[in-house]
Amino acid sequence: MTTRIFGSGIRRREDPRLITGRASYTDDIKLPGMLHAAILRSPYAHANIRSVDASGAAGQPGVVAVYTGEDTDGVLNGLPCAWLIPGSDLKTPAHPPVAKDKVRYVGDAVAVVVAESRYQAEDALEHIAVDYEPLDVVINPKAAAQDGAPQIHEDVPNNIAFTWALAGGDTDAAFADAAVTVGDTITLQRLIANPMEPRSALAQWSAATGELTLWNTSQNPHIARFLTCVVTGVPEHKIRVIAPEVGGGFGSKIPYYADEAITAFCSMKLGVPVKWTETRSENYLITTQGRDHIEEVEMAATSDGVITGLRTTVYAGLGGYLSTASPGVPTILHGLMYSGPYNIPNISGTVYGVFNNGCPVDAYRGAGRPEATTLIERLVDLVAAAVGQDPAEVRRKNLIPKFENGHDVATGITYDSGDYESALDSCLSAAGYEALRAEQAQARADGRCVGIGVSSYVEICGLGPSQVAGAVGFQGGLWESAIIRFYPTGKVNVMVGSSPHGQGEETTFAQIVAGEVGVDVDDVEVLHGDTDNTPMGWGTYGSRTTAVSGAAIAVAARKIKEKSRALAAHLLEAAPEDIEYEDGRFFVRGSPDQHKTIQDIALMANVAWNMPEGMEPGLEASAFYDPPNFTYPFGAHVAVVEVDPETGHIDLQRYVAVDDCGVQINPMIVEGQVHGGVVQGVGPALWEGAVYDDDGQLVTGSMLDYALPRADLLPEIEVHSNSTPSPHHPLGVKGIGEAGTIASTPTVYNAVMDALRPLGVTRVDMPLTPEKVWRAINDARNGG
Amino acid sequence: MFPAQLTYHRAGSVAEAVQLLSDNEGAKLLAGGHSLLPLMKLRLAAPAVLVDIGRIEALKGISASDGGITIGALTTHAEIASSDLVQQNAPVLAEAAALVGDPAVRNRGTIGGSVSHADPASDQPTVLTALGATFNVTGPGGDRSIAAADFATGLLENALNDNEVLTSISVPSVPSGAGSAYVKFSHPASRYAVVGAAAILSVSGGACSSASVAVGGVETKPARASSVEAALAGSDLGDAALDAAAAAVGGDLSGDPMGDVFASAEYRRAMAAVYVRRALGAAASRAG
Amino acid sequence: MTVPVEITINGKACAGEVEERQLLVHFIRENAGLTGTKVGCDTSQCGTCTVQLDGVSAKSCTVLTVQASGSSVTTIEGISDGVDLHPLQEAFWNNHGLQCGFCTPGMIMAASELLRNNPSPTREEIRHGLEGNICRCTGYQNIVSAVEDAAGKMGGR
Repeated sequence: MTTRIFGSGIRRREDPRLITGRASYTDDIKLPGMLHAAILRSPYAHANIRSVDASGAAGQPGVVAVYTGEDTDGVLNGLPCAWLIPGSDLKTPAHPPVAKDKVRYVGDAVAVVVAESRYQAEDALEHIAVDYEPLDVVINPKAAAQDGAPQIHEDVPNNIAFTWALAGGDTDAAFADAAVTVGDTITLQRLIANPMEPRSALAQWSAATGELTLWNTSQNPHIARFLTCVVTGVPEHKIRVIAPEVGGGFGSKIPYYADEAITAFCSMKLGVPVKWTETRSENYLITTQGRDHIEEVEMAATSDGVITGLRTTVYAGLGGYLSTASPGVPTILHGLMYSGPYNIPNISGTVYGVFNNGCPVDAYRGAGRPEATTLIERLVDLVAAAVGQDPAEVRRKNLIPKFENGHDVATGITYDSGDYESALDSCLSAAGYEALRAEQAQARADGRCVGIGVSSYVEICGLGPSQVAGAVGFQGGLWESAIIRFYPTGKVNVMVGSSPHGQGEETTFAQIVAGEVGVDVDDVEVLHGDTDNTPMGWGTYGSRTTAVSGAAIAVAARKIKEKSRALAAHLLEAAPEDIEYEDGRFFVRGSPDQHKTIQDIALMANVAWNMPEGMEPGLEASAFYDPPNFTYPFGAHVAVVEVDPETGHIDLQRYVAVDDCGVQINPMIVEGQVHGGVVQGVGPALWEGAVYDDDGQLVTGSMLDYALPRADLLPEIEVHSNSTPSPHHPLGVKGIGEAGTIASTPTVYNAVMDALRPLGVTRVDMPLTPEKVWRAINDARNGG
Repeated sequence: MFPAQLTYHRAGSVAEAVQLLSDNEGAKLLAGGHSLLPLMKLRLAAPAVLVDIGRIEALKGISASDGGITIGALTTHAEIASSDLVQQNAPVLAEAAALVGDPAVRNRGTIGGSVSHADPASDQPTVLTALGATFNVTGPGGDRSIAAADFATGLLENALNDNEVLTSISVPSVPSGAGSAYVKFSHPASRYAVVGAAAILSVSGGACSSASVAVGGVETKPARASSVEAALAGSDLGDAALDAAAAAVGGDLSGDPMGDVFASAEYRRAMAAVYVRRALGAAASRAG
Repeated sequence: MTVPVEITINGKACAGEVEERQLLVHFIRENAGLTGTKVGCDTSQCGTCTVQLDGVSAKSCTVLTVQASGSSVTTIEGISDGVDLHPLQEAFWNNHGLQCGFCTPGMIMAASELLRNNPSPTREEIRHGLEGNICRCTGYQNIVSAVEDAAGKMGGR
């Protein structure tokens, strides 16, 4: 049998074009007559614009047009925020695509030059004179929320865009009664997503047809079409958004940006295609960043280490403006996960969403959940230390016992299925935890500084039920749709509204179809990314593509199967209930020789020479899948580190991951997601962090300063998995894209703190750079 | 990502390069381009004229010379890292060359370009300072030599006149039986040296007969660690001696410290002692 | 000001009139139309623009086109015809050594030099050999496996 196997680690069908350099990403596309845009960006983090004089740029070589906020004002609408958290007093100040009166972060767009070449466009930027009146700047989100802080938007006092509160149980009583309370202030620093492909937009306006085509590095082309309509006023059905090959996104290609709108504006003004591609330096300034939390957190427990309460106050930096989804990230995707995999009967939290003079913050891989898992896992370790028990044991005694179909937690959500203790056991066993602790004791006796970190986690993904989306203020649905179309030769197109960009769903979706109706995976072509040839869908993020789009495909495939069964029964002159299906063949029960293959059925359905009474021709099915619940993958991770106390260097020596994402369609791809996810969480623990100075200048403005994980800095990630199917999903799958990132930051952080504990170090802010660790050690030695 | 307009000349000889520099005020030399082009792409540098010396054969290659080796300015880091002549005469230079940047950077980046750029976070200036190398320079008035320790004059500033070309570097052979080492605290992002320490130690009759030590990355130019060297002289190169000697490096730092968000001046100073100690330890273990 | 240049790319002479400031990566992408070579950063860090320049790997964003005039360049499009794959391409595919694919051309070009210099590298040596190329998707692990696999297939071990 050929490779039609659902559940097998077949190699990816998208790879041949990628490994040969024949794939087309947005910036690879060149249209006849295409011009190039470059955008002038504010060098100030906060300033009034007194005047913009673009006249000097207009006559520069190759320059075709120069536009400022005066030109776009009243033509382009403001950039909308699409997640309006109810009950949070959310303020949504205007976000003009081109700033006219005021700039609010370094990188805010001020003018655009369109020229024959990108070099010429860049040259001309230097001839635009902007007179700024610099204003006071605030970066730290807690400082920004205080009285007297520089006010970034006039109608937002104390820069507080929203205040979101969560309460379950009686937290005050839990803390009042607690034998043990622990607390900390945790900084989840700003992170730069760093997809290797910079963002790009290519707009082509046709005045003759009134149609706008936008090639765009987007994770969600249908949302991009919708928001392009909102911002440009071009009707939705006259806009075609194409996300061609997209080189990673990690959340940063979800939002709708000023740059896309500006590029479309230029094309509409000039009547020719216009392309804009960000440089990496621009990416660092303007492409949404992640995290930026200051979390004041505490946990209550019994003297035996049973957790009784959790309380948080979080200041979540938003940057200079609200981005597309930013209010939902530190609230719905964060606070609702405060119970983690534990029984915590009393939970309360307050999240302040705060404007500050940095790049806008939005979803970044894990989006809210790493910020939750890090605080929970840090506090559990502090409880373990306070009660003098092994951190793994404290976790075990607090884990929610195994459940197969629904468990309610104090934050008000219902986990779908979980077996957290098995995951922890698997991980401890794979790591050789007891032996590791023995080795650690020996190492400490030898004067070495070795640490072991353990984390248990559960995350919310597979977003999500649209009714819930509406209830929590998401300005869209969260269902997905799929069309499966069989051609006469038995070949198949699958069209989906989600838009994978590296996650491998061209392969896993083909595997779903192959598994359901028995075609060869090589006979299935998955189409995505072009709003003109795919059905509506809400995009690829939140580990939702396989969970939601995959379900839509499974449901559509089952419709194909049922129609095929009925047609086979007709052709085999049997009753449909007597038709059995196996491996792509429909046959009369007891007579496997009397059969029709799915290809036979596809041919007959397409030519329609002999159809049952009332059956429509064609073999095509569509499905709209709106999930009944989110999915909740989980797992446990262990890390081993050694710290060089003389320099503060951290050597990550081992990393063991056990993840349970339910049923796996392609284990090779699952493993790849874990590798990449873990490393993206190790980065912020050890190296990564966007640093702004007091003037709001990005100090880590290039890859020379912002330290991304490199091959030689990492150990082999030891990946294992369990499988607890989601009870509500047609295939039992949950999602795996973000799990590694959610788990690994606290795992590595806890390992380092475990290493430093004997030295008397109680806290160090991430990233745990050598100097910070060295200082903490010295301060502890000096009695600090 | 998009350099400003410029005029490019490819020089066929050193004399032509000198002439082009003399004729074009503000002209910059271009060799491998790995120091200059990144600045030009970010428009932090915008020389109107570039003089490409990258194809002048006379500036390439490594040869044995009196008492040492001569390395053409255009010799790449990769060539130095894999050169037998360097390995035999100044192995510490090869050790450091292998730690520069990454493989593609080592293929294009040249030793002459690297030292001329005078970035204190570069590796080779520190090693060449420890080695007591001499930089050979040609200008309109002829040739002259500059000691390695005098070549960098400050942050990204060197002792070359605007119309001079660095042609080669003369490196004396390390004494027979000497142990040498270069130890680097690599910046995790840029791969430049946060701190780099080079040491060359000779032993005679169980005692240190000569020591040459330099440290880079800490200040605006590499520092010759003469206090460390003095402390080592005559010592047994045992742990205690090396500890004490390394601790003396503070006396060799001029008080012109560099610091940034990743590593403060105070931390770099502290790490100077740690990395000098590690370089001494490695060099001592290789000596004899 | 433009000047004439001629560069042999993947065995084919490519002549053009270019600005003296043009970066080689832009000549490859714009003038020669070979877009497999990518631009991922401004600072010579990421390695997505890695090509072979006169036989050794180079970051084509850190070379001027005029500097490379007279030289020969091999890009990802030149190491196989796209059908009969180079062993490294095959190994990246078999070992799931890529996800979004953006870093892959540069990664393969860097790996090919690594294997030329060290036909049977250890995993540790592979990790060091790829220190100039950043991948944000894979965590590098399957890239290391792919290079190891290719080394075996190419007779290195």
